[in-house]
Amino acid sequence: MPTYVNPDKCDGCKALDKPACAYICPNDLMALDLAMGKAFNQEPDQCWECYACVKTCPQSAIAMRGYADVVPLGASLTPLRGTESIMWTVQFRDQRVKRFKYPIRSTQWGSIDPYQGAPEPDKAALKDPHLCGEGAWLGVDQLPVPSGRA
Amino acid sequence: MNQPEVEVVETDLLILGGGMAGCGAAFEAGYWGKAHGLRTTIVEKAAVERSGAVAMGLSAINCYMGMRWGENQPEDFVRYVRQDLMGLCREDLVYDIARHVDSSVHMFEEWGLPIFKNEDGRYKREGRWQIMIHGESFKPIVAEAAKKAVGPENVYERIFVSDLLRDPATGHVSGAVGFSVRDHKVYVFKARAVISSAGGATGVFRPHAVGEGLGRIWYAPWNTGSAYSLMIKAGATMTQMEHRLVVTRFKDGYGPVGMWFLLFKGKVRNAYGELYEDTQVKALDEFPPYGQTRPIPTPLRNHQMLLDRAQGKGPHYMRTDDALQALTQGLDPKAIRAIESDAWEDFLDMTMSQALLWASNNIDPAVQPSELTLTEPYLMGSHSAATGAWVSGPEDLAPEGYFWGYNRMTTVPGLFAAGDGVGGSAHKFSSGSYTEGRLAAKAAMAFITDNPDRPAVDGDHITSIVETLFQPYRVFEDNQGSSTKPDINPNYFYPKQGLLRLQKLMDEYVAGLGANYITNEPTLLRGLELLESLKEDMSKVAARDRHELLRCWELWDRIRCAEAHARHMLYRKETRWPGYYYRGDYPKIDDQNWKVFVNSRYQAETGEWELETQPHHSIVS
Repeated sequence: MPTYVNPDKCDGCKALDKPACAYICPNDLMALDLAMGKAFNQEPDQCWECYACVKTCPQSAIAMRGYADVVPLGASLTPLRGTESIMWTVQFRDQRVKRFKYPIRSTQWGSIDPYQGAPEPDKAALKDPHLCGEGAWLGVDQLPVPSGRA
Repeated sequence: MNQPEVEVVETDLLILGGGMAGCGAAFEAGYWGKAHGLRTTIVEKAAVERSGAVAMGLSAINCYMGMRWGENQPEDFVRYVRQDLMGLCREDLVYDIARHVDSSVHMFEEWGLPIFKNEDGRYKREGRWQIMIHGESFKPIVAEAAKKAVGPENVYERIFVSDLLRDPATGHVSGAVGFSVRDHKVYVFKARAVISSAGGATGVFRPHAVGEGLGRIWYAPWNTGSAYSLMIKAGATMTQMEHRLVVTRFKDGYGPVGMWFLLFKGKVRNAYGELYEDTQVKALDEFPPYGQTRPIPTPLRNHQMLLDRAQGKGPHYMRTDDALQALTQGLDPKAIRAIESDAWEDFLDMTMSQALLWASNNIDPAVQPSELTLTEPYLMGSHSAATGAWVSGPEDLAPEGYFWGYNRMTTVPGLFAAGDGVGGSAHKFSSGSYTEGRLAAKAAMAFITDNPDRPAVDGDHITSIVETLFQPYRVFEDNQGSSTKPDINPNYFYPKQGLLRLQKLMDEYVAGLGANYITNEPTLLRGLELLESLKEDMSKVAARDRHELLRCWELWDRIRCAEAHARHMLYRKETRWPGYYYRGDYPKIDDQNWKVFVNSRYQAETGEWELETQPHHSIVS
């Protein structure tokens, strides 16, 4: 179900140094049409329909249309992703609508301190089997070994 | 064509691929690198925030022991994985992931990943090994930690790495070369150790949908087998490349079935209302002892469904209607709404297309069942399949012959692997792949401190790589005039055309879904002939722009994986994983002769492949 771009909403991310969809697409699909100044999906049959571009578009200009060799027309699936949660609007072909809201993150974006809680790395421990911070994070006192081994 | 700009980057540890395994490697390397003053660089062909197989999100973490609550021990996990893989796994590697994986999951939660909880505070289980998450932002959260760990200045995005470099004198890995997908630029990374965590291979086989739906497959279409291809070309020994993954999924959207089976206790019935696990129960006896042991291995469940279908009993349906009606009986509307929300979230977190497919077909899962089908084959080492590099185990667990100095190091000194890149250790999924990246990175740091001299890079090798990288542009420029229609040209083809050619031959000759997953020796040999001619023609693959140049090199990755797969299948003279593929000429499992790993090594100088077997050793009874 490849993405398509609404020409009335897309502004080519003029305010950014590159279009947000082209930055995020994991498969290098979203590109800027220089003549139009708007984004488009340059290889729709390689789209995984991962919604990364749909979720990130600052203009909500990108949507998904079910892939033509399988999916009947007329339904839509629209995300609204905030900082803490995502809201999905599911519109059926027969016009029924369902809405679902799910949490996506319990901390502030940008707040991760990767080594918080881990001791300063000990040079001498580089060859033992313990990974960073496992004293705090593993949840058991001893790193297990199979029965019969010391 | 202008000469590309060349940027040289000197680093200590180079991580190729910023998916779950690469992010785990970055996290661990950043920590130990700080103590030893070592720099870590991560290279990714997309943006780390949404790259790899978890880019879309996930609704479950499928590898979590729960040791702190005494739920499972690593030994239990090894027994489960060994049974699911029909007896063959690297138990030292599997055990190693199991004993560390909980620590990674606990950090994910601390960083902000929402995990479902029971009233007693424990993680909510979907199945014995699976926990449920609100995983829409799983990858962005993990990426944030990885970037901070190595420093954002050490994250190189939109660069496709095509080749590893080796010191010509010592054979040590010494870096990698790639090109920018955004600028006319080549990158030469000089490193003292390298981790190949660039993902498994999709798109090697023809999928169900071949029009616009070509990319709407189950596993990520941008996973083009780079992890394997890079290591194969560099001469690393590979294992289990004949293994593959074929899974049962909701038809056409490839939505996950785990929650329906495990949490909702959903049943799959054929068109006549029968359970195929009952109608085909006798088939299990033909694959002893795994068929008689529980749980039934993934390939054998596939096998039962294929038999049922061959007997005219399809389509097969996940009876979501029965499951939801049973679950919601007698509940108040609020509780029913919560169950409905969970059911939809399973798709909306990780396979939105399946939800759109429900909406497009007016399917309410509480009223109407949904069709299931089997996927096309994938090559991967992180799910119920164990394709990848033959690596050293950890010193304290590895049996004789499985240890050569550094955990997760391949047979090329200084070259490590993780995630889909490591063979023999299946069922890692997201959390285990992340954990394996951590294990590889710590061992790689030890390798670097033990080998203080920087390995040499071969300037001539780099020159020849750079020359070859842009060949598809020259093919197009030199030949576009020989036809009035650029798409039909006697002197070149586009990578999409080459991809379809690869997928067709793999489907027909190497046991794809069009061949009902069946092949034999003469068919495989013919497939290898056709692969050889495709390889020859790859000197005529043409690129009109940078995007297409990327596709040319991804196609090469897939072709290398395809060849390894076919050669390994030819070598293993038995049917070990019915339901994944069948050797029609050797239809039985043969534990006496083939309960062994099949390993291969490609010699780039001669183009020859060497195959051999390695014994299987148990560390858990």
